[in-house]
Amino acid sequence: MVEATSDTVKMGRRLIPKQELFAPGHRACAGCAEALAVRLACKAIGPNTIIVNATGCMEVVSSQLPTTSWRVPWIHTLFENTGAVASGIEAARKTLVKKRGIPDGGTHVVAMAGDGGTTDIGLQALSGMLERGHDVLYICFDNEAYMNTGIQRSSSTPYGAATTTSPAGKVSIGQVTWKKDLPEIAAAHEIPYVATACPSYPFDLMDKVTRGLAARGPAYVHILSVCPTGWRCNPELAIKVGKLAVDTGVFPLYEIVSGVYNLTVNVPELKPVSDYLSLQGRFRHLSPENIKQIQERVNKKYAALRERVKLTHEGIVV
Amino acid sequence: MHQNAGGEGKIAKRVGLEVSIAVAEAVKLADVDVVAAYPITPQTHIVEHLAELVANGELDAAYVPVESEHSAMSASLGAAAAGARAFTATAGQGLELMHEVLYAVSGMRLPIVMAVVNRALSAPISIWGDHSDVMSVRDAGWIQIFVENGQEAVDNVICAFRIAEDKDVLIPTMVNLDGFHLSHVIEPVTMPDEAGVGKFLPPLSYPFALRPDKPVTMGGFAPPGIYTEVKKGQEDALENSKKIVLKAWQEYGDIFGRYYHPVEHYRTEGMKTLLLTMGSYSETASLTIDRMRDKGMDVGLIRLRLWRPFPFDEIMQAVKGVDTLIVLDRAISFGGQGGPVGSELRSALYNLPKRPKVIDFIAGLGGRDVSPDDFENIVKRGMEMSRTDSIPAFQMYGVKE
Amino acid sequence: MAKKEQEITVKDIEKGAVVTEPGSAERYRSGDWRSQRPIIDRSECIKCGFCFLYCPEGCVKQTKEGYFEPDMYYCKGCSICAVECPKKCIKMQEEKGK
Repeated sequence: MVEATSDTVKMGRRLIPKQELFAPGHRACAGCAEALAVRLACKAIGPNTIIVNATGCMEVVSSQLPTTSWRVPWIHTLFENTGAVASGIEAARKTLVKKRGIPDGGTHVVAMAGDGGTTDIGLQALSGMLERGHDVLYICFDNEAYMNTGIQRSSSTPYGAATTTSPAGKVSIGQVTWKKDLPEIAAAHEIPYVATACPSYPFDLMDKVTRGLAARGPAYVHILSVCPTGWRCNPELAIKVGKLAVDTGVFPLYEIVSGVYNLTVNVPELKPVSDYLSLQGRFRHLSPENIKQIQERVNKKYAALRERVKLTHEGIVV
Repeated sequence: MHQNAGGEGKIAKRVGLEVSIAVAEAVKLADVDVVAAYPITPQTHIVEHLAELVANGELDAAYVPVESEHSAMSASLGAAAAGARAFTATAGQGLELMHEVLYAVSGMRLPIVMAVVNRALSAPISIWGDHSDVMSVRDAGWIQIFVENGQEAVDNVICAFRIAEDKDVLIPTMVNLDGFHLSHVIEPVTMPDEAGVGKFLPPLSYPFALRPDKPVTMGGFAPPGIYTEVKKGQEDALENSKKIVLKAWQEYGDIFGRYYHPVEHYRTEGMKTLLLTMGSYSETASLTIDRMRDKGMDVGLIRLRLWRPFPFDEIMQAVKGVDTLIVLDRAISFGGQGGPVGSELRSALYNLPKRPKVIDFIAGLGGRDVSPDDFENIVKRGMEMSRTDSIPAFQMYGVKE
Repeated sequence: MAKKEQEITVKDIEKGAVVTEPGSAERYRSGDWRSQRPIIDRSECIKCGFCFLYCPEGCVKQTKEGYFEPDMYYCKGCSICAVECPKKCIKMQEEKGK
């Protein structure tokens, strides 16, 4: 039976650290689930960490000179090079421990970037980091557009979503391409750990961050971060909307451990996608035909995911 | 031109080495911790030899074969921020690709050393040497040094670490050597000995290294009320670094017997006409000076070694009493009022009550040789023009029209 | 460093604009943003901790008795705690003028 301490909050059998490594007083929007995701990830990561952050919402809301919201060593440089900066830090520390005797306290190197800084401009640096096998946990906080600069589309913006550079109009339904599958791209690099997560399932998220840190080599965790401002939903529904993303199959929660797929949140009967889409202004222009298209695609992809779980558990490489 | 003494009073061995290899050996002597590099002609032999040294255990460093130059400088940035001694090298297009990262590194005051093997810029693509790559990063806030031969390349790579890492400097430093004309030629080099380098170059102790027991935030954003003050701090540091550049060069000379200066003089005593060059063709120019002096022509040579911070004082001194300053630019600044060096010199001299006429020639672009005859023609033409009142902003030498 | 942006001079800024005081942004009163505040009915509260867990600000503190109290210095009034509370014992109340 775990005992609560003054440093932790007991929730069921879990002890959640009280320490906020991402201090309150940051300038994220009210109801920002990305800020929540960062906060929860930090609870799993702990203070023995160096964080490398891309330009984006979380960087801007937390690091306005002359202050900082960060209580761990933290570095931001540019938009597209998180994977490369993290690689340099990891390589340097390995060498400094070996060569110059700095203490090897098992310090984690964690890269944090948004979907913009990962799926688009940051993809090359991420791929390089994964291919070279650096012992870094890379977390993509995906709010499905370039939110910090005013809601412009990214390759992670879902089909049919309206953004400022993929607006819904008389001759367009908004984003005309399907969301780029970053977890699959990461998995194609044959790294030990890949996972999807959402702060609406907070314990699943924290466990995945912990497992990502424990993996020897690169790990990639992709976190769906509900953005009430950009998705045009009520801030108080940030957790509900995230849960619906998972429960409709739009954003399944799974992990790939050395090539073996696990559905960590199994949804035996998917809710209709319209339950999820109807709560968000960015989808309000969609026709029943568009929604049917989205539903078909979600069904197909979820079935394919289940198939992968089955095949990889049988030892078949997918 | 320099005394070649070995360290600690020994007579050191002079060997023939390809300059790229010599540069890599100098990096090994500096005992770097991380090399993150991407190959590009004509820098490749530097990064290849470094890879060999690491693979054979001769250099204990992490070799990070990054996937582009942008990542090479970014990974170097990360390594330096973690407190490691980081080195990289690039050329031409590679320097352009890492352009924005250069500003980040200098703004964040990280002591990275980089060898730039100067190469012409596309388009059209040219792998051959000129200075257009480095001239496009004049404002990036780096300390920038030019070398003229293999020995200087070795010595200044080592000095670069000493300068960059000084706690009163903490500014990234670039050593420029001409593509092919230096990188790929075999030159006589005296490698400094390990003990001497150990005496000259203390271990790196970066004050803000990322570590969990002393959490710092690097790279916060500056609102308008703060950005200017940060930049002033950076500029002050770059200006003040000159003192340490001079100190480092002095100390290096005292140990190894080879002394370097922001502006080098060759037979300038009493001359009214000076030629100014940068980089490897300075040696060719010096041959021409000898030839012309034998013919009774009065001309001397100054070579610009320290490019940033710009050595105003040494230039002022050098042009005292000089009527004509003929500048050789190895890069073109399209649509501007001169090549980069020519226009900066004119600007530097503008407020002097007595200043020489500055005649700016652009030559040697895209790897074209500038022969002793070419230098002689340039000096003659410059001297002729100086006697007239119509001096163009600049002229391109040797264009076949 | 408690200086306002307009007061900061060159000397106030560390080399490379490095910030050496961790968490110094905690001085920022994000609570000024809110237009409503959560009121917790302790008689219904089961001390589950979900309001603490789901707060994007991380400003919900635990009392000695194990109840939870959002810190009004930071609370932005997003209402996530009220919506997610399993016992529905958090109600949002409009902020009165200052």
